[in-house]
Amino acid sequence: MSMTATTKSLKDNPIVRLGGVMEKAVATPEAVVIGVSAGGLKALTAILPVLPADYPLPIMIVIHLPPDRDSVVAELFDAKCALTVREAEDKEDILPGHAYFAPPDYHLLIEPDHRLSLSSEEPVLFSRPSVDVLFESAADVYGEGLIGVVLTGANPDGALGLKAILQAGGRGLVQRPDQAYASAMPEAALALSPDAEAMTLEQIADTLQKAVTT
Amino acid sequence: MMPKTEDIEIRLLLEAIFRKYHYDFRGYAMASVKRRLLQARDHFQCHTISGLQDLVLHDPTMMAAILPYLTVQVSELFRDPLYFKAVREKVVPHLRTYPSLKVWIAGCSTGEELYSFAILFLEEGLFDRTMFYATDINHEALKKAEAGVYSLNRIKLFTENHRLSGGKGSLSDYYTAAYGAASFDKALRKNVVFSDHSLATDAVFAETHMVSCRNVLIYFDRDLQDRAITLFKGSLARKGFLGLGSKETLRFSASADAFSDFAHDERIYQKRDVT
Repeated sequence: MSMTATTKSLKDNPIVRLGGVMEKAVATPEAVVIGVSAGGLKALTAILPVLPADYPLPIMIVIHLPPDRDSVVAELFDAKCALTVREAEDKEDILPGHAYFAPPDYHLLIEPDHRLSLSSEEPVLFSRPSVDVLFESAADVYGEGLIGVVLTGANPDGALGLKAILQAGGRGLVQRPDQAYASAMPEAALALSPDAEAMTLEQIADTLQKAVTT
Repeated sequence: MMPKTEDIEIRLLLEAIFRKYHYDFRGYAMASVKRRLLQARDHFQCHTISGLQDLVLHDPTMMAAILPYLTVQVSELFRDPLYFKAVREKVVPHLRTYPSLKVWIAGCSTGEELYSFAILFLEEGLFDRTMFYATDINHEALKKAEAGVYSLNRIKLFTENHRLSGGKGSLSDYYTAAYGAASFDKALRKNVVFSDHSLATDAVFAETHMVSCRNVLIYFDRDLQDRAITLFKGSLARKGFLGLGSKETLRFSASADAFSDFAHDERIYQKRDVT
């Protein structure tokens, strides 16, 4: 893990060793969550295919798309990526090296026993799946081991979720609004979470890789 | 890792609700329950889940008030039209061979799934020989199901779903509209038994030819899913049909072997001849 990640996610969490030396615990990343809306396919294409087949973290993704399109997204990326890319199934075990897309018209949540679960509760911010719902449940389960990524999008979904991730000690990466196809989503995320790191898509892909190499 | 205080409180609240009111949410999938209980906590202006538990234990009307938070009631008529199309085109020909039929709509909530089946069976000429069991744990939802009144602004979606499901008439043949609401024809309810039944605590109550239980199991953990599927297996006659939600699967159930895929994409399973 890079130094910035260590200091960022753990600045409020010092532990005191018996010898009296203050030391910061090193959070091991456990999972990545990504939220993206308008312009999302292109943005994800700059990230997912870059990651290797043995990428040690699971990646859970919410993308807003017209309902008739999103069901093929997982297949599309599975063909392009070394990662195994699937549409999330209810109650399946979360595996490293796998990317899971929320299915159309369902919220995707993370269970405490590290399984995926789906829900057809009401849309949140007119969205089902909702980025906030995924991020908040993932923050609750993974805490400081979570990396949340907000990419291009035209609505504020994901901003509250990213805030929850940072509050739980996790790390937030946001696509630079000036580079995003639609800037509203990354702007909203950065407005609520000034500590999140604004980056280009290439830097995000690079950071996700470096986060798992010490 | 130390459990979070909130998670301890939620476990205690669910245990309290079970002991006091016999509603068993202890096997529900935690992520969604937690999300909704935190909404309830805020709605009822409690500082903590323990505060909510205090209210629920000492005021029975609070149990009724909190129930809508614990049971998700989001549905529509002919939701996932292709499911109903598959029932119509693939399952109905088998059901026609029976002189009388029983259909169980498990977790019927406010009745949308029930009316979809009643209308479909009417259109296919099976209605008069069918007894429907519409069950749910939520009394208020069952009352709404029995009333069959839905907001008129939902009818456009229902009508489109009905058409896509291969509906034969016009959906407007089955309801009357007045004062912003659509009232479904009471004739659709004449062969329906509405009943309080819990997939978590109750047993099989009838032999059925088809069970439709959609977007209910996703709120359960694997053990409770397994219990429910074992109930369906116990209820279904040989070669009976089980319809699940479009993202639900038998894959993780110990009873999976008792079923074969019947319409894979629509998640319709058939109970095997010998189990």
